[in-house]
This record gives sequence, structure tokens and C-alpha cells, in this order.
Amino acid sequence: MSAWQQFYVRFYQAFIENDRWRQYIDGVGTTLLVTALALLLGVILGVIVASVRTAHDQQSPNRRNPVLAILNGIFKIYVTVIRGTPMMVQLMIMGFVIFASSRDYVMVGALTLGINSGAYTSEIIRGGLMSVDAGQMEAGRSLGMNYLDTMRFIIVPQAIKAILPSLGNEFIVLLKDTSLISVIGGKELLYAARGVVSRTYEAMYPYVGTAIIYLLLVMLFTWLLGIFERRLRASDRR
Amino acid sequence: MIVVNNLTKSFGELQVLKGVSEHIRKGECVVLIGPSGSGKSTFLRCLNLLETPTSGEIIFDGVSMTDPKTDINRMRQKMGMVFQHFNLFPNMTILRNITLAPERTKLMTRKEAEERAMELLARVGLQDKASAYPAQLSGGQKQRIAIVRAMCMNPDVLLFDEPTSALDPEMVGEVLDVMKDLAMAGMTMVVVTHEMGFAREVANRVLFLDEGVIVEEGDPHNIFFNPQSERLKSFLSKVL
Repeated sequence: MSAWQQFYVRFYQAFIENDRWRQYIDGVGTTLLVTALALLLGVILGVIVASVRTAHDQQSPNRRNPVLAILNGIFKIYVTVIRGTPMMVQLMIMGFVIFASSRDYVMVGALTLGINSGAYTSEIIRGGLMSVDAGQMEAGRSLGMNYLDTMRFIIVPQAIKAILPSLGNEFIVLLKDTSLISVIGGKELLYAARGVVSRTYEAMYPYVGTAIIYLLLVMLFTWLLGIFERRLRASDRR
Repeated sequence: MIVVNNLTKSFGELQVLKGVSEHIRKGECVVLIGPSGSGKSTFLRCLNLLETPTSGEIIFDGVSMTDPKTDINRMRQKMGMVFQHFNLFPNMTILRNITLAPERTKLMTRKEAEERAMELLARVGLQDKASAYPAQLSGGQKQRIAIVRAMCMNPDVLLFDEPTSALDPEMVGEVLDVMKDLAMAGMTMVVVTHEMGFAREVANRVLFLDEGVIVEEGDPHNIFFNPQSERLKSFLSKVL
């Protein structure tokens, strides 16, 4: 067989025979769904954890709120545990221990990824809130505005601009990390590729194809994030 | 109007204020002078509780600021503050900078706040900047806006924390002129400054702080031309 024939046969086996391209497409769909769900959960968790931890740190010394102290303690443990253990191990514990009886692997995967992402996102948001000059909070409070209003109108709008690049980065990491849920049976893109490999005994085309699809997705989102950021920055140069 | 009783403030091991007692009366312009690290700014920031005093008491309009049960936000509405670094909100227009607080604290409706803001802006000659953003203004303009922002709450007292220290020399005058006008109009003011000329001309009373205590106080003439303590004499010989 000539090299061209070999390429054609392998490509045909990997993507076209038995409509295998559908498996990849379905896989990409699941990948995007898991990314979206995990991102949503991650941002919600991140905002809650970051708000509580920042509010706790910014209390005046003689007006400490005990509820905040307890929540702050819990969230600190959460961040420590999630950041201190591998994503893969978290997935296996969630998939094979905590939700061992569940067959909805995609949802278990999205949940695990969301909880994982929340820990990192919370630190990104906390960093963004802390990066706003302390004088801004002082100015807001000295005018008699309460803490929440000062946060909402003054601190948060400034923090968002600062955290967008890191948040975009976290989003891209999350998109690629969804490939891990194939180990607990989540039928995403890499799972589809592995299925094809096990049937055709040919690894290169499915895996390189998968890599190219991820790369294209990441490039697409990087481009979109770039447009979004530039728009925000344009409003800076007024 | 503001009574301070035996105020102390420590940052960890470092005691910045070592028992300061003072009475600031209505309509007075009190200027605090002293070397850096003497506790002037800390004293000022304790008055509206931006710094929490370690011990002592601050009574403003008959209400104890240091009592944990006091609604501190309500008290701060009557106590404006102007900062060394202006601290305008870069994410909003000048007009919004000024109207945000009166509107959110329900002191005025948005329309009332905007009318009041425009009136005050006209007074400092910056009405044409209402829709500009802070980044487009010079330091002197920013500080005048910051004063207008504090004034828009109709406060009973204005606290100034080194309002001209971050300005180019040529812009100091325009800010001091606004402050002078306020003092002439009978505004109660507490000013931390290195502008000895302002202290001499405008202050009703000058306090000299050093190492966390009020070393000497009196009317400007006595402080500047007839200092009693050695510490004040040596300070004045360096700054005048």
C-alpha cells in the first residue's frame, strides 16, 4: 500500500466508517455541556466563597461576625482540599465512592469539575477584589455607604476588569480538564476517541484528531475572550 | 460637636496614639500639624472610624462613635472625608461619583442629588466636567471633585487627610482656595496638612502632634510666632 492509501484507510477507519464522526460530534457536545455546567457552578461557588472570605478579612476588629468566621473556616478547608488533591483522584472518589450508584456519569463529572473549578475561581476573584486600591473602599464607606453597596458599585466593577484574563485562563483549563471525566465513563470527546481506538486498533488518528479538535475549540474561545476584553478596555480609555 | 476622650490606637506593638483628648466645636477649622509618624492621620481616621480605636471614646453630635451598637454608616453620612489620593471612583463619571452616595443612602433622589451636585460643581468651577471620567482630570481638579463629593452629603464636619500632599505645587492653590471658602462659610473642618500657610491663615486652632500626643495647641498666631515647647520650636524651624 502506498502512503496515501494507508492514510486514506486509517483516516476512513478513524472518522468515517460506521459514521464514527457522529461519536466525535456527540463527544464535543458533551464536552461543551460539561464545560458550561462546570463553569456555571464554578463561578457561583467562586463568587460565594470569595465574597465570604473577603468580607471576613475586611471586618473591623471589634465588630466580628461569628457566622462569617465559621463559613470562612469551612471555605478555607474547601479550597485547601480541592487545590491539594489531583483532579483525577477527585473524579474517581466522586464517581466510584460518593456517587457509585449513579449512572449519570456526565452530571457527576460536571459536578466534580464545578466544585474543583470553584476553588480556583474563588481565589481568582478574591485576588481581584483585593487588587482594588483600599482607598476605594475607604472612600465609599466614608460617604456613609454600607459595605454591600460599596462592593457592588465601586469595588466589584473594578475587580471584574482585573480578573477577566485569569478567569478566561481558568475557563480554558476547565475545557481541557473535561477530558478527564472519560475515566468515570463520561461520554465526552476523548471517550469517543478511545472507543474508536479500541475497535480499530489504531491510535494515532483518533487521538491526534481529538487534540486538533481541542486546540480549535481553545483557539475559538481565546479569540472570543480577546474581543470581550478589548471591549471592556475600550471603555477604560474614555 | 466632636469630643475625643483619651483616644489610643496601636498597630500591633506600635502605639501610634497615646491618649489624645480634644474637643472640636461647631464652625471651627482645626488644623493638625506635626512630623510624619506623629499620628495626625491616624487621629483623623479614627474620628470616622476608618481606623478602629484601641481604647478611648469619640462622641459626635452626642452619639458615641465607638459604641458597637451605633449605626456607623449613618454617622459617617454627616462626616465627610477628603483623602490624600482623592480616591475618586475611576469606573464612573464625575457626576455619578458625586451622586452615588446621597442616592444610595436615600438622602436624596437621583434628581435632587444631580441638582445639588451641579450647583456644587459650579461653585468650584468644574460644572463642565460633570460627564468626564476621573482619569481625564488633573490632580487639582480631582481633589476639588473629591471635596464636592463629600459636600454633596451635606455633612456637619469635613475631615481632610493631607489634601494637597499628592498634588503638583501649581495645583495646591486651587484646592486650598476651595477649602478656604468652605471655612469662611462656617463649615466645621479638621485638616491634617503640611501647608503651614493655610494653617496660619485659615485655622481657628492649630494642634501640634508628636509621638502620639498633642504637644501644644492654640491659635495659629501663638503656635507659629510664640511656640512654647522645644519640640514645636525645632519642628517649625525645619518647616518654615
